[in-house]
Amino acid sequence: MSVVDRINGFARKVPTWAVYILYILPAPYFFYLALTGGLGPDPVKPLEHEYGEIALQLLIIGLCITPLRQYFGLNLIKFRRTFGVLAFTYVTLHLLVWAVLDVQSINRVVEDIIKRPYITIGMAGFLLLLPLALTSNNWSVRRLGPKWRQLHKLTYVAVILGGVHYIWLVKGIQLEPLIYMAVILGLLALRLRPRKRASAAA
Amino acid sequence: MAHRWTNTLTLNDATPRDVFLNRRQLIAGAAAGVGLVALAGQARAQDAALEPNSYEDITQYNNYYEFGTGKTDPAANAHTLTTSPWEVQIDGMVDKPGAYAMADIMDAMTIEERIYRFRCVEAWSMVIPWNGFELADLLDMAGVQSGAKYVAFETALRPDEMPGVRFPVLDWPYVEGLRLDEAMHPLTIMATGIYGKDIPNQNGAPMRLVVPWKYGFKSIKSIVRITLTDQEPPTSWNKANAREYGFYSNVNPEVSHPRWSQASERVVGGGLFAKRQPTLMFNGYEEEVASLYEGMDLKANF
Repeated sequence: MSVVDRINGFARKVPTWAVYILYILPAPYFFYLALTGGLGPDPVKPLEHEYGEIALQLLIIGLCITPLRQYFGLNLIKFRRTFGVLAFTYVTLHLLVWAVLDVQSINRVVEDIIKRPYITIGMAGFLLLLPLALTSNNWSVRRLGPKWRQLHKLTYVAVILGGVHYIWLVKGIQLEPLIYMAVILGLLALRLRPRKRASAAA
Repeated sequence: MAHRWTNTLTLNDATPRDVFLNRRQLIAGAAAGVGLVALAGQARAQDAALEPNSYEDITQYNNYYEFGTGKTDPAANAHTLTTSPWEVQIDGMVDKPGAYAMADIMDAMTIEERIYRFRCVEAWSMVIPWNGFELADLLDMAGVQSGAKYVAFETALRPDEMPGVRFPVLDWPYVEGLRLDEAMHPLTIMATGIYGKDIPNQNGAPMRLVVPWKYGFKSIKSIVRITLTDQEPPTSWNKANAREYGFYSNVNPEVSHPRWSQASERVVGGGLFAKRQPTLMFNGYEEEVASLYEGMDLKANF
């Protein structure tokens, strides 16, 4: 049995709820750290950034699933929605920490969304993910049919907005957000290539 | 001459140790599930009295990009900086240009304590009990010539000792500048200590500028060169992004950073539920420094 078969066999046995539980744990963990001084003396920003970064990582994991099947035959498709919903959860937590604990004023939240382009972009990313989160259920998949796939390609736009939001928010030129953006663009570029490898071999 | 300016804040304003510890216990208690409402009330109460941050906050939460862009990077990495011996080149329009040994500077200066508000351009703030001397005294030592209008400063650039300079976050070395009248103002100091101890490397050892009415990035660290000039000198953040960072960079709640409001600030050490505090004009030093900018459009000269 090849490694790929073994991973596929293992993945079949892992229930999606296990992945939900595993990946939701960092949320209360970082909140606990922020509360107890583990994130330093100015805990709001680091907590905000942790949630945002995890959201971006989960979106990227989601983008990896199709290429992993295409290029390596790994079948993790059943987890794709799980990672998508988790990503949306962390984006929402990121937004809540920013609005409630950091900005602390509805007027200023609105003002920031309108006046500050990097926040406008982040907010646009969140709004694009909203219909995707709402349709991440079996009923919607059946109901929307082929339109569901089309709709969920909005992830590509949302993840680019997330990457730009990150590059834009740091001071000066920093390496980490640029690496994230390179990975995002790389994963999207894979999708531009011919879909079926068989046709290339033929 | 020293002691030209007297603190309105004294060490008596510092958090007493038992209150400080009690606060920690409260936070731990809240985390254990006792409830968050009490904590939020506690955080609000703290804002009423302005108090210096703990030594730990001041020395573990730093922006010093030569040692990394994370807030804890400088404390982790700056120990590699050799600060003794140290020389400061003072040149340009001065009567006695040359390399001044740090030890000689310290012998000539009167060290005093200044408890200042410190406001970062990133909209967080601290209160820091500095030890140091007025920049005016150092400049007098070198003899400022009559045509000089500006003072330029430069931070050490040592790739072997500064892991952060491998990546061009900024155009190294870090440079800053002040108008001569700003530099000569009695509030402007060279800090060489914090809480009565030698200033730690991550805070800009052995000598850094502190200009309390300007955003923190103006207060350049680990200075190796001071140049008197008649031209407005280039400054690092202005070179990196002129739209966001002006030469003056006076703390001003009415002039937003293009990416965030400067109307209020997070007080470092207040905890997760601390209420933002309104930012004061010139960081609370309006009475002392507003006259320097009389007739100037502070929105245009941000």
